[in-house]
Amino acid sequence: MYVAVKGGAKAIEASHALLDQARRGDPATPELSLAQISGQLTLAVDRVMAEGSLYDRELAALAVKQARGDLVEAIFLLRAYRTTLPRLAESLPVDTDKMRPIRRISAAYKDLPGGQMLGPTFDYTHRLLDFALAAEGKRKTVEPAADAPQTDCPRALDILDREGLIEQVAEDDASPPDLTRDPLQFPAERALRLQNLARGDEGFLLALGYSTQRGYSSTHPFAGEIRIGDVDVEIVPEELGFAVCIGDVRVTECEMINQFQGSREKPAQFTRGYGLVFGEGERKAMAMALVDRSLRAGELGEERTSPAQDEEFVLSHADNVEASGFVQHLKLPHYVDFQSELNLIRRIRADQTREAAE
Amino acid sequence: MRAMEAGFADPVSDAQAAFRAVLDAMARPGRLAHFAAPAEVPPGLGRAAAALALTLVDMDTAVWLGPACAPAADWLRFHCSARLAASPAAARFAFATAGECPPLAQFDLGTNEYPDQSTTLVLEVPGLARGGALTLRGPGIETVEHVGIAGLPSGFWGQRDMLHELFPRGLDIVFVAGNTALALPRTTRVEG
Amino acid sequence: MIEGYNFAYLDEQTKRMIRRALLKAVAIPGYQVPFASREMPLPYGWGTGGIQVTAAIVGRSDVLKVIDQGADDTTNAVSIRRLFANTTDVATTERTEEATIIQTRHRIPEAALREGQIMVFQVPIPEPLRWLEPREAETRRMHAHADYSVMHVKLYEDVARFGHIATGYDYPVVVDGRYLMKPSPIPKFDNPKLDRSPALMLFGAGREKRIYAVPPYTAVRSLDFEDHPFRIEKWDESCALCGASDSFLDEIVVDDSNKRMFVCSDSDYCQTRRAHGHGPAAEAKPATATKDAAE
Repeated sequence: MYVAVKGGAKAIEASHALLDQARRGDPATPELSLAQISGQLTLAVDRVMAEGSLYDRELAALAVKQARGDLVEAIFLLRAYRTTLPRLAESLPVDTDKMRPIRRISAAYKDLPGGQMLGPTFDYTHRLLDFALAAEGKRKTVEPAADAPQTDCPRALDILDREGLIEQVAEDDASPPDLTRDPLQFPAERALRLQNLARGDEGFLLALGYSTQRGYSSTHPFAGEIRIGDVDVEIVPEELGFAVCIGDVRVTECEMINQFQGSREKPAQFTRGYGLVFGEGERKAMAMALVDRSLRAGELGEERTSPAQDEEFVLSHADNVEASGFVQHLKLPHYVDFQSELNLIRRIRADQTREAAE
Repeated sequence: MRAMEAGFADPVSDAQAAFRAVLDAMARPGRLAHFAAPAEVPPGLGRAAAALALTLVDMDTAVWLGPACAPAADWLRFHCSARLAASPAAARFAFATAGECPPLAQFDLGTNEYPDQSTTLVLEVPGLARGGALTLRGPGIETVEHVGIAGLPSGFWGQRDMLHELFPRGLDIVFVAGNTALALPRTTRVEG
Repeated sequence: MIEGYNFAYLDEQTKRMIRRALLKAVAIPGYQVPFASREMPLPYGWGTGGIQVTAAIVGRSDVLKVIDQGADDTTNAVSIRRLFANTTDVATTERTEEATIIQTRHRIPEAALREGQIMVFQVPIPEPLRWLEPREAETRRMHAHADYSVMHVKLYEDVARFGHIATGYDYPVVVDGRYLMKPSPIPKFDNPKLDRSPALMLFGAGREKRIYAVPPYTAVRSLDFEDHPFRIEKWDESCALCGASDSFLDEIVVDDSNKRMFVCSDSDYCQTRRAHGHGPAAEAKPATATKDAAE
């Protein structure tokens, strides 16, 4: 007897139980705590906060735990929670000039006011598996040099700006659009593109950014400045009328110096690409800055020839919650559609066979 | 100072019921929808109009009020966080009475690319009835519907007919009379 | 009901936004209204558009039916029905005639719909021109000017190459003589049920952030040519369980020598027929369907 479609509810329940078991792993091993995840898998938590568009280390750690370490799944969990939250206030733009940096480098200048500060970075580590970590042994610690905390750290790009060598960024006090409130429409202005990229999948942006370095719309980038640190978040409560700080967030900012432009009327100037993400996400911020610059092709009068310059292509496919869902929906039953196709292809073949016989 | 009239007693269920009523009215032009809530109405709006405001208007929608509806402004701000539009053309929703309705072409009719970005006009009339002198045809209507809409200024239907050739741009109108409403989306043809 | 979430999961502001979009969708039949689709607790591509539409319309007095592939007990239908059971306390049913709202993926029930019922379709790709023109800015212009020549060319090329319009599901339709519309991936067998239906048809595409609608009694014409008129699927078999010869049949391979049987895709229709004493037609044993079914 045909029973294949029966028992859906039971099967789902059993699958959930198995999933829970698989997540927990061997019960003889101590269970991961959220403090361990947010304290020791910090960059996983940062990525989930960045692409999940919600700055909350504890919730992001919970998502990582619940998703068994699948970060795209964890991002989805955080987004689905985020969407249920009320919007209490809109913050002022964060002022990264006033960042308290833990890392700050410029690849364009050997030294500059504020100095180069490596901070905690994988750069210059030799990628050798460290078996001492496997043994959970204590590491020898080196006291980091007690640098005075950087408080005044002028931007590398301001140096160029003072010489008039880089394009000005127009001050814009208009409220930026918000793609979580209004559907994306094309053409999209830069603020909207940046919001999309900041939430976008790191792997996708990395590949696109990489493509611009390999000739698919070359923008000749220099990493003008990368900084990671904490910035204040301020709101202006209606009843007070002035800004109050409600906390701080760690962010990574990347400003690229790109291909200069000019004409007979306008002196040559470098152009900008910008990246900003929640947490420590240097790879993502750099890729974002590359893609931001290439998406400015239209505004800068460049011919659009490459995927990274095509805003509909980039913005429509950057979101991994959308992409993951749609790719994986192919697992759902499609047998009605498939039956339609079978019916059609058989009819076409039958007609062809009959015509060949006539 | 006068106390502000209350909004929906059960905001979730009342809004859902009001929405289904207006959805049904928009889907089946010529049918009358009835609104039981809110229990109190603000000055300037009838019950159906107030229910539509509570159901559809919020901080994301600009609202234009005709002179007779203007006394409801504070109530709209309080219950809906509504922004008031300076002109009919800037309004996502407009509330007016039949006697003082601006020329229909003054409302936002949307664009050919985005015809949904158009005003929805909620127009208070003295009376609505099924089986009147007007004959309706179009989507949502099996054959024809006959309705009566009282108190419209002369030339109103002529103005509305003029909009047909602009389709997909257009104006969607919900006529309200006290507790009842009748919708005419832009696709409905009216004769008589 | 789950604690901590609003009735039907969505917050009231989101519902208002969706409700405004729905009213415009009904007012402009077949036109795709952009809406600020939210992340839902189910993945994009798994019915988030339909779920948001249902959540925006459903009320305590509704009776909800959820189907996938025509059946109420397929896993994703179960999952979506459970979401609404957990976030509302509305009654659910498997009976088409009892339902006031029917959320569906890929089918329209066989039983005739009636006035007052609302069909909610889950839509993966709402844009009928998307596979011919990937750019939204361009397809929007085509809709604005009712410039559907690329679609006619595509169908004509099908006829030239295959002798048929080579589309079995999500077969394009024109609504009220104006907008070209994708009916969602229902088999073309179901297209005629859209035409002048007494029920209201609502379509939600969550990932693509579009809502559209067909009001009751609205003309929905499947595209075709005079010499290649629109035709629906036909089977030589009838349902192996209830004997129906007028329903859409799923083909089931029952052994590794390609032996097959055919059963109704609409589980409620099949069940109801059997409850009324219908059984397999005498000649329709699950036997040798190995030959081309179209012969």
